[in-house]
Order: sequence, then structure tokens, then C-alpha cells
Amino acid sequence: MGVDFRYAAGGISGSWSLRWWLLGCWGFLWEGRSCYCPVTALPIAHHRPRFPHALHVCDRTRFGSKTSMTESSAIREANGGPGHGAANGLKVGRNGWVKNQKHHHKKPSSCAEEKVHHSACNGGLYSRPFYESFEETPMLVAVLTYMGYGILTIFGYLRDFMRQWKIEKCHIAREREEQKDFVPLYQDFENFYTRNLYMRIRDNWNRPICSVPGDKMDLVERVSYDYNWTFGYTGRVVKDVINMGSYNYLGFAENTGSCAEAAAEVTVKYGVGVSSTRQEMGNLDRHEEMEKLVARFLGVESAMAFGMGFATNSMNIPALTGKGCLILSDELNHASLVLGARLSGSTIRVFKHNNMQSLEKLLRDAIVHGQPRTHRPWKKILILVEGIYSMEGSIIRLPEVIALKKKYKAYLYLDEAHSIGALGPSGRGVVEYFGLDPTDVDIMMGTFTKSFGAAGGYIGGKKELIDYLRSHSHSAVYATSMSPPVVEQIITSMKCIMGEDGTTIGRERVQQLAENTVYFRRRLREIGFIIYGNNDSPVVPLMLYLPAKIGAFGREMLKRNIGVVVVGFPATPIIESRARFCVSASHTKEMLDQALNAISEVGDLLQVKYSRHRILPALDRPFDESTYEECED
Amino acid sequence: MTSAGPCDPELKMAAGQQWVLVEMVQAFYEAPAYHLILEGILILWIIRLLFSKTYKLQERSDLTEKEKEELIEEWQPEPLVPPVSKDHPSQNYDVVTGPPSHKIIVNGKECINFGSFNFLGLLDNERVKQKALASLRKYGVGTCGPRGFYGTFDVHLELEERLAKFMRTEEAIIYSYGFATIASAIPAYSKRGDIVFVDEASCFSIQKGLQASRSFIKYFKHNDMEDLERLLKEQELEDQKNPRKARVTRRFIVVEGLYMNTADICPLPELVKLKYKYKVRIFLEESMSFGVLGEHGRGVTEHFGVNIDDIDLISANMENAVASIGGFCCGRSFVIDHQRLSGQGYCFSASLPPMLASAAIEALNIMEEDPEIFTVLREKCKHVHKTLQGIPGLKVVGEAFAPALHLQLENSTGSRESDVRTLRSIIDYCLDRQIALTQARYLDKEERFLPPPSIRVVATVEQTEEEIEKAASCIREAALTILK
Repeated sequence: MGVDFRYAAGGISGSWSLRWWLLGCWGFLWEGRSCYCPVTALPIAHHRPRFPHALHVCDRTRFGSKTSMTESSAIREANGGPGHGAANGLKVGRNGWVKNQKHHHKKPSSCAEEKVHHSACNGGLYSRPFYESFEETPMLVAVLTYMGYGILTIFGYLRDFMRQWKIEKCHIAREREEQKDFVPLYQDFENFYTRNLYMRIRDNWNRPICSVPGDKMDLVERVSYDYNWTFGYTGRVVKDVINMGSYNYLGFAENTGSCAEAAAEVTVKYGVGVSSTRQEMGNLDRHEEMEKLVARFLGVESAMAFGMGFATNSMNIPALTGKGCLILSDELNHASLVLGARLSGSTIRVFKHNNMQSLEKLLRDAIVHGQPRTHRPWKKILILVEGIYSMEGSIIRLPEVIALKKKYKAYLYLDEAHSIGALGPSGRGVVEYFGLDPTDVDIMMGTFTKSFGAAGGYIGGKKELIDYLRSHSHSAVYATSMSPPVVEQIITSMKCIMGEDGTTIGRERVQQLAENTVYFRRRLREIGFIIYGNNDSPVVPLMLYLPAKIGAFGREMLKRNIGVVVVGFPATPIIESRARFCVSASHTKEMLDQALNAISEVGDLLQVKYSRHRILPALDRPFDESTYEECED
Repeated sequence: MTSAGPCDPELKMAAGQQWVLVEMVQAFYEAPAYHLILEGILILWIIRLLFSKTYKLQERSDLTEKEKEELIEEWQPEPLVPPVSKDHPSQNYDVVTGPPSHKIIVNGKECINFGSFNFLGLLDNERVKQKALASLRKYGVGTCGPRGFYGTFDVHLELEERLAKFMRTEEAIIYSYGFATIASAIPAYSKRGDIVFVDEASCFSIQKGLQASRSFIKYFKHNDMEDLERLLKEQELEDQKNPRKARVTRRFIVVEGLYMNTADICPLPELVKLKYKYKVRIFLEESMSFGVLGEHGRGVTEHFGVNIDDIDLISANMENAVASIGGFCCGRSFVIDHQRLSGQGYCFSASLPPMLASAAIEALNIMEEDPEIFTVLREKCKHVHKTLQGIPGLKVVGEAFAPALHLQLENSTGSRESDVRTLRSIIDYCLDRQIALTQARYLDKEERFLPPPSIRVVATVEQTEEEIEKAASCIREAALTILK
């Protein structure tokens, strides 16, 4: 393959690589020594070796994980990807920029380029530097990861065999006797992963909490005496766990303060339910007020809100496109966008993550060749992208997308689930972050779950669009409208961000988040982790790669009283398991430092400081003053 | 080929061929020069033909960059959305000021609510509100994450346990949106290639779930068990032809308890019989019947006395009788647990705000403490159903014990639009006289079988006899004035 193995393996010394072997492949050997409790620091005895590996479907899924897997695997990258990929060991394929734009032929060399970390800008389109990095997976790690999964699979088959022959006790719920002769509800292999991989480290997910999901949270202590098949509750509470997992970007997950007060007042007055749809008897004055406010906040003509973020995508895209339309979707788009696109009946084509060359090629081909077989021109083309990708931490190359969309007369659907409130000098999302005009985005979608600490989603845009949705959105016609206290939470938090409550709390929080993000990301890279994504993205993925380390990382962090989110296949490509932190404005510097120390400690323990491009602890970008000042004038 | 004797035909043939070759060489010597030259030219020509490029098909269809640019320049997309006329019936929503409970202010007029699915009147129940408030003080409003990532609160677990206990099933799972419940549950089990038998009158969220599952969908006539059996038999014959495929093709019947669109009940006992006869699983959507039918409000299964374990999955929302937000599925753990990783609306969506879960728990408490409430509701339903009979020009659609009835025009004018307008004027007439009603809304183009336009009349426990009488007489008056 023409790969220099030693190079790919990085600076791993012999003894370390042996240790990695043990970690990745024989996780149980290693783990057997350090006694783990599945949930908390409660020590329990191990009667037999346990595998800390697992998998979980969570939060974000992909269009065909196959594509993304091959795209991002180190092997392919080292296999002679775009030229300079080998030179600095960074991926270019995921970071393409538009080349043949008429109005801006500046060479990328004119952009400020960081020494190690790849940055690709498109000359005049960007008003601010755009640093995004996806460090290549070290070759050895990739090999070990595959082997780890291989061994897990072999053991899985072995265990399944033993379960079949009743050698091992089977904990799985069984079909009723009366229905044994029905066609099986699940195919045998369907739950193979759940049974044999996910079950091993199931304790890292669905951890129940019993407090506000704020900067610190209280966890309900769980124990499992049957290796995660069932959980019991000890009745104790793990207090003050630092929360690095919730999407509480602006810290509006609160039970005191103006938002909670307003929500409480509305609860007393309105109750919590509505029991009807927007089109029938459920269109409250509060809903209309909120929608006007959302439109004002986004800088669009009109807006409409829906009760669930997921459904905002899956129930409105079908109202916008149909047969004969083309949807161009980023490969890493959220499951809700995928579902919406599917339900619409349009043709779907997928472009590489945030890769503008790929997008442009699809656009050109689509217009030139028209629909397949009939060769009729497409009725319309809709580009589906997200502001911040929640598993990669990347920010959409919006200026380029808008340029492309204008050039090819396509429509743009921007999902700001994670970016609204979290980006831009006043929290208006990715459009403001790049200093663009919100009217250039045809459909501005976002959710209230994250930055606003509420629930639901919205769509903003031209008045005609919203009028159309008001009569044709599935959600408006068939789904119960939003709960009044939730609406009130949105109104108050949004007003706070806009400064309409007469305080500067909102603006301060937006700034605090930007500072925290830059600080946290910089420190992690200094420590030597491989961190994906954009420097300004509050979603921070830390690469773990090996399946054994998913569970170990989650548990070790919880031992140190820090709650983190870990994800593996199929939510990520098979070799790119990771931990994900979400920085919040309510995290204080002390909390972040405490978390960083713990992460570093666990990083040493698990040997996950993979980066070969560790940045030196120097400040070439100030983080103590607002990073947004520069683009405001 | 084993023996090669002198009489072997192959040998003979080889000898013959050899002879021909000798002849050819001889002929070559004897041939005139012009002939040889001609042959030589022909051979060269063949060689040329073989090696020269044939005419280029590709080149002819390949567009030059300039042509491409022109095509791109030329292409004009349709507008993102077609224009909507200002007077589209769904363009102007009725505005509710203040709480949407028993007394409701619609478009500035104070009315008695006959339009919301607040069957048990729990929307403005003080106990529910207090419980929600307490929860708000403890957890805040949002959950800031999906169930997997610190979005599971202790109240969610409690609610799931309580729902399972209430329904007497092994397990329950909650969703944060009523619509998404059955729409996520169906595709979690039924995949491409599987077969779903579904009632024609089933509601939109079922239709969307079926669409997402990409299974084969077979519609049977509304509540027509013979038609269903016909389809099942057809399938049985199909299976006999291809038993290997039949062994892996899952089959489901999807029905509603009380149909949202027709307000009648599904014949569950017959369905259960068919289930075992043809080995098909039953999914039951109970949004309108949960907390309504049965002695303890457990829905259609209790109403018919059917063993709940015979139903593979029951789904309902908590937005009608429970008067909170969200939905749930319940059944055996073997079935339900699968959704925790495969239910898209469960995995990929933020979890239910804890205060809404607490409100639902309190609603369950009230329902468990006082099962009388269901008897009261049934009486009210019957009363509404009775008083609405015999209104000239309007017919009542639905069972007597159904809380959400439909009033349809007896004689359609022929155009849906004008029917809708007529019904709207009846509603406006009633709104002016303190009776809040609403039309059942549908997406005309999206519905598989579009029900005729209708006015919803919802019975709740809070309505007094006088109020029901008043509403009925009001509708009667309106019908007399408007439907001449």
C-alpha cells in the first residue's frame, strides 16, 4: 500500500504498543485488575472477565456508515489521498473548498494557515479565520481497533453459541410460548451488537439524573450484578458530577431565575398540556408571540415552532419537496434530516462531509443531466446541511454553500440544532458567525432543546414559506401543539439572549461560551489528544478509537465525578469511537480545569493521547477577549 | 476421447483439415497476382478496421464546459413553495387566549370548549399543576439531551414504570412527542420486505410510520374483518409458493383502538382470533381510547376483556386524556425494549421535559385513585351522542361511547372546499354563542383515504348536562339557519 508503517504508527515505542495491544484486544485482562463498578465508583467483585467494549446508537446517525467509514479511515488516507495529506498527516478530503467560483479566484495560500493544523479557507468568502482539523487516525491504532472488534465479534459468536446450548445463562427477554411459531420479530444477527458489544458497556449511557442538567448534576446511582443486563438502584445519589455531556450551551437549564419563574407562572395559569393541534383548538396566544419573537431573533420575515426538534425536520421536509425534486444531503446529517428526506419521496444524493467540491460536482451533474432515466430537469434542488455537526464538532462552510446555492439556484435548508445560540457574537447562530445575511438561507431550522433549555424546534424564512407550512406542515395539522411552560421558557431565554430583558446576562453568556470553547479545545490539544472539529465549536469530540476504551473512558471519568458522553459504532465510523464534550457557558474556569485534569489523567491511564501534532502551550489567538470583535466591524 | 483408433472420427476430420490446408497452399501458388493483391488489401483493411477507433459515441453526447454552463444558466427551479391564497381555510388559525381548558377564549370570545381532547379535564387540574410546578422547581424545563446522554431523569423511569403498571404490561417506553410514538415504533420492527395489514381509516401518524418502514402495505376496508381475512388468505397462498421467503417475512396488523378519523372502535376480539390463525402480530394505537375506555381506563383491551398480552404493542399519546405532552408504547419487554435502540424518535430526540413527565404521573395517580371518572366520561359521551342525533343536514359519525365525534354534512355540496366553508360557518355561528368547536383538519393531498370534512365534537367530564344541551341546540340552530 506504500505506507510507511513506522510513520503511520507515530511515535509509539515498543512497550507502549504492547500495552495498547492489551488494552485494545484483551481488554478484560487489563480490566480485570482494576475493579470496575458498572456505574459508579462502587467496587464490585468480578467473577469472570468482562469486556468493556461496546457500541451504541446515539444522537447522530449517518447516511450509510459505509461511505463515511471508508472516507475517513486512515488506510485510505495514507493510501495516496490528496497530495499534502501525507505531508502534515491531516485530512484534506473532509475539508474541501470550492475551487471554481467565478467571483473569488483567490488561492487558498492567501489564507492564514496554521502550522500544523489544516485550515482551508476560500479567500474573500470568509470574514474570519476558519480552522478545522481532523487529524488522521494513526495506522497502528486503526489496525488495533479493527482487531479489537474482530476479537469482540469472535467472542460474541462464542457466547451466542454457549447461550444456544444453555451453557451460559441467557438474560434476553424471550418470545411468549404462544407465539413461538410466529415469524421471529428480530433476525438473529440484528441484535448481535446489542447483545455482545453494547451490553458490555451499557452502563455508560442512559445514566439517570435527578437534578437540573446544568453545569453540575446529580446522578442516580445504578448497579448491575449481572453484567449490565439489568440495573438496580442503590438509593444513593452521586452528587455534583460535572456535566460535560448535556447540550446546555448557554446554561439555560436552570430551576431558578427569570426563565423558571416565568415558566412557573404560565404553568399555574395554563396548565402543561394543550390537547389539540395548532390548526384546531391549540393555537395559543403564547405560541404566536413566541413565533414573532423567533422571527425577530433570526432576522427573518416569519417563523413557526413545532413541539419536537426531530419532528421539525422529519415532518416539514416532506412538505417542501416531493417527487421530481433532488435533495443533496451531507453524509453526516442527523437522523431526522435523513428521515425527512426519505419521507419526502425525493431523490437523495449524499455529498462528502462539509466538502464543497463534492457538493458542487453533485449540483453541476444534477442540473446538466437532469433526472435519471427521464432526463427531465429537476423541479428543485434542496441542500440539507447542519450548522454544527454534533458528532464531528465541525462548522458548516456556509459562505461557500451560499455561493454555490446562488450559482446553481438551489435552495438551502440549514439545521441549526447545535449552532443556534452557541455561535455568533450575539448567539444568532452560524449565519451571524460568518457575518452573512439570514435571507440567503431559504429555510432556517433549529431547536429549542439545546441553547434555550426548552424543547421543540422552529423553522424560519420568508413569509410565503411559513404561510405554506402553516397550512401544509404535518406537524401543524396532526400534532399536539407545544406545552405552554415550554413556550414560556423559550420566550424568556430568547429575550435574555437578545438583551430585551434589560440585562446583559444573555450576551455575557454567549461570550463566556466562546471563551470556554476556545480555552477547552486549546487545552485538550495541548495535552495531546486528537480533537476533531472547528476551533470555535462548543462540541468537542476526543478520539478514543479502540472499543475497549469507550467504556473505560466513560467509567474512569465518572469515578472522577465527571459525566461525559462516549460514542462508538454505529453512531460513528467503526474505527472512530470517541468521547464528546459539550462546553457550556455555565462552566467556570475551575470546573473546566478540574475536568481537563481528570481527562489528562484518564488519557494517560488509557493511552489515548494519540496526537502527533501536539500544539505548544502558547497563545497565538487570544481567548480572554471576545473572539468576535474582529468580524463585527 | 479415451480411445483413438483408426476409425475415430476426430482423426479423420483432422486428416481432412490437413488436406484442405495443402489444397489452400496449392491454390495460393496458382492464384493470379491481382487476386493476391486484392486479398492482401482486404486483409490490411480488416486489420485497419480492427485497430482504428470506431466512431465516438461518447464524444457526441459529452457536453463541453460551455454547453454545461449554458444548461446551468438556463435551468429555472420551481419556487420553493407554491403560493398559498390568503383565504385558504388553514391559513387563519383560531387564536386561543389563555388556557385551553373547559372555559376557553377563542378569537376573543369566551366559550365552553367542545374542541380539545381534554377528555378527563386534567388540563386545569390543580394537583397536576402543582406536581408539574414542583418538578419545574427541581429540574428546570428542558432536558438538554436525548435519553442516552444524560437526558434520562428519574421521573422518566418512574413514569415508564407507572405506565407499565397501569396498563398491566411488562414494560413501557415514553416518547417526547405523541405523533412520533407510533410513527417511530412501526419502523423499529417492520422493515423492508415485511408486510403490514392496516385499516384504511388509520390516522396520519400510522401512515407516516408505515412509509418510514418501507414495508409492503396492504390496506383493508375499515373495520371489515372479512376483507382482512381475504388479504391474509391471499398472503397465505403466496407464502405456500415461496416458503423460504415466508419464514423471514414478518407480518403485522396495525389498527387503532378508537379511530381518530371515524370515532368507531376496532373489533379487537376478532382481530386476536385472526392473529393466532394467521400468525400475525397486532400493533394497536390507542391515543383516543387510552384513559377513556374500560373500567379503569386501560383502553380497548379492557373494554373487550382481551388479554393485553395478546396485543404485541400498544401505543398511545399522553396528550389527550392525560393532558400532558408525549406518548408511550407498552407491551412485553421482548418487544418494547427493542425500541430503546431502534426507535428513532426515542434515540435521536431530546427527552420529555421532566415537568411534563411529572404531570403525566399525577394524571395517572388521579386515574388510579378514582376510576369513577371513566364512568362519568362515558355518560357524558353518550349524552353528547344522543343530543346530537337528528340535527337536520348533519349526521353524527362515531360510537356512542367515543369522546370525539364527527359531525358530517348529510348531503355534500359536491366540492370539498364549499363543504369546509359551510361547516366553518356553523362553527362561527356556535362560537358567537359561547360554544367552541373545531373542524377536523387533514392534509388533503397527503392522506391515503381522505375522510369527508367534519366538525369535531369532544365530550369531557367537565361539561355539565346543561352545557351539552346548549351546545346541541346551538348546533341545531346553526344547521337550520345555514343548511337550508
